[in-house]
Amino acid sequence: MNYKEDFPVLNEGIVYFDNGATTLKPKSVIEKINDYYYNYPANTHRGDYKISLKSSDEFEKTRTCVKEFINAKSNKEIIFTSGCTESLSMIIYGYFYNKLNKDDEVLITKSEHASNIVPWFDLENKLGVKVKFIPLNDDYSFNIDNMIKEITDKTKVVSLAEITNVIGDKRDIKKITEICHERGIKVICDAAQSAGHIKIDVQDTDVDFLALSAHKMLGPTGVGILYGKEELLNEIDYGKKGGGTTISFDSKDEIVYKELPYKLEAGTQNIAGVIGFKEAINYINKIGLDNIEKYLLDLKKYLVSKLSKLDNIIIYNKDILGFTVAFNVKGVFAQDTVIYLDKYNICVRGGDHCDKKLKDEIGINNTVRISLYFYNTKEECDKLVDALSRNNILEESLGV
Amino acid sequence: MDNELKRELILDHFNNPINKGLLNDSSYIKEDKSNASCIDHFTIELKLEDNIVKDIRFDGEACAIATSSLSIAISKIIGKKKEEALNIIENYNRMIAHEEYDSSVLEELNIYEDISKQPARVNCALLGINGINDLLKK
Repeated sequence: MNYKEDFPVLNEGIVYFDNGATTLKPKSVIEKINDYYYNYPANTHRGDYKISLKSSDEFEKTRTCVKEFINAKSNKEIIFTSGCTESLSMIIYGYFYNKLNKDDEVLITKSEHASNIVPWFDLENKLGVKVKFIPLNDDYSFNIDNMIKEITDKTKVVSLAEITNVIGDKRDIKKITEICHERGIKVICDAAQSAGHIKIDVQDTDVDFLALSAHKMLGPTGVGILYGKEELLNEIDYGKKGGGTTISFDSKDEIVYKELPYKLEAGTQNIAGVIGFKEAINYINKIGLDNIEKYLLDLKKYLVSKLSKLDNIIIYNKDILGFTVAFNVKGVFAQDTVIYLDKYNICVRGGDHCDKKLKDEIGINNTVRISLYFYNTKEECDKLVDALSRNNILEESLGV
Repeated sequence: MDNELKRELILDHFNNPINKGLLNDSSYIKEDKSNASCIDHFTIELKLEDNIVKDIRFDGEACAIATSSLSIAISKIIGKKKEEALNIIENYNRMIAHEEYDSSVLEELNIYEDISKQPARVNCALLGINGINDLLKK
């Protein structure tokens, strides 16, 4: 299928391989956002006039759409946030900060995103909990037996990305949750990289909390989802309070909060973004997540087979079934490779990709990351491989 | 200097930078410098004695422009009086910002005169030398 018509920037000669950072937005999402701002730009839930009712209605339609997209039990379990980072912070600071005690153990891995490491380190500093890293396999993928070995009587929570953002390995959240629940351990799923790429079913996996970002799945920036089981969300006590969350507050002892989901959505939300997000989900559903996953796995295989033929390229996640390729050009710093590829209008990312602990495992600080999405093509992969096959990458990157 | 020579000089300083490796000597002052917008990172050590820059050393990981510009700056600044060093740094910053500057004090550092044509490289070209600036003003 040709997606160029739906993604205007693809007609500008750009090859966009930085989808792990953010995806492109289809016209339907942009038009839906404009429609809100042009035609019914009113606040939600607070007006009895027509355009406010319309914005409330569209806003809540997205909630239902998200509920169905991840197969949650009810709309009460879907909280709008500013993004995956805020969702994770609400879970960690709003729930676990109040539940964990000194010496309780948290299990994560060194390939988690900063947003799933730094808050835990903060709890380590503030509460004296212990953050333990589940050892990875030699290819930096997750090892469920290693997780079981790390579990002790003190383990209270396991917090993992479903798909990691550099290596790109997929974790079996259902199996992980089953093992953890047998031992009374809660499970958090960071779905930033998996949402919009593979099917998510929170009832099937039985995960306790899940976080995702709209902008990594065709949606606008500044919108995220916090999913939690209703009884767990009801226990969240997060620092953001006030507008829209209460029924009454006559005194400090008489604060009456609204029910879920509203009691966790303080302040005016990113209404346009939330409304636009629905169109992103519709777009993905039209293609089908099974089709997207299969296409991306094939595309990565194709790209790796081509890149592997180049002597100057070191690939760090060659055999991982995923949608990312992390590599370096021998003798060239990652940022120089990125600047070089930009000369060919190829957008890739260089750095640690917010994964500053992964260097302990792979022994290098910075990589170039290609993260694929369904609008990428084999022709684009060929263009990249052609650019990387030249022998003057560093010289050309200098721009002097 | 023609472009080929400029590239050669940059690559030479990138591949074999001057004074890479820290001494962790208490007679040096030290600073960490990172670019918020990219992945360059340096730790720089400087020894100032009798108002003369006696030594500058560094470690870290950074791109070719950041590493080479720091290496060349180190070679220019060691042995200079503090005021002379600050004058070089000020003129270098002016050059990068496309303001009037005295090219005679910059010598090889003049090779970065067109770096602002690549916006992504501007902070790289300034990171190391402004780290030296911070240390001189401590």
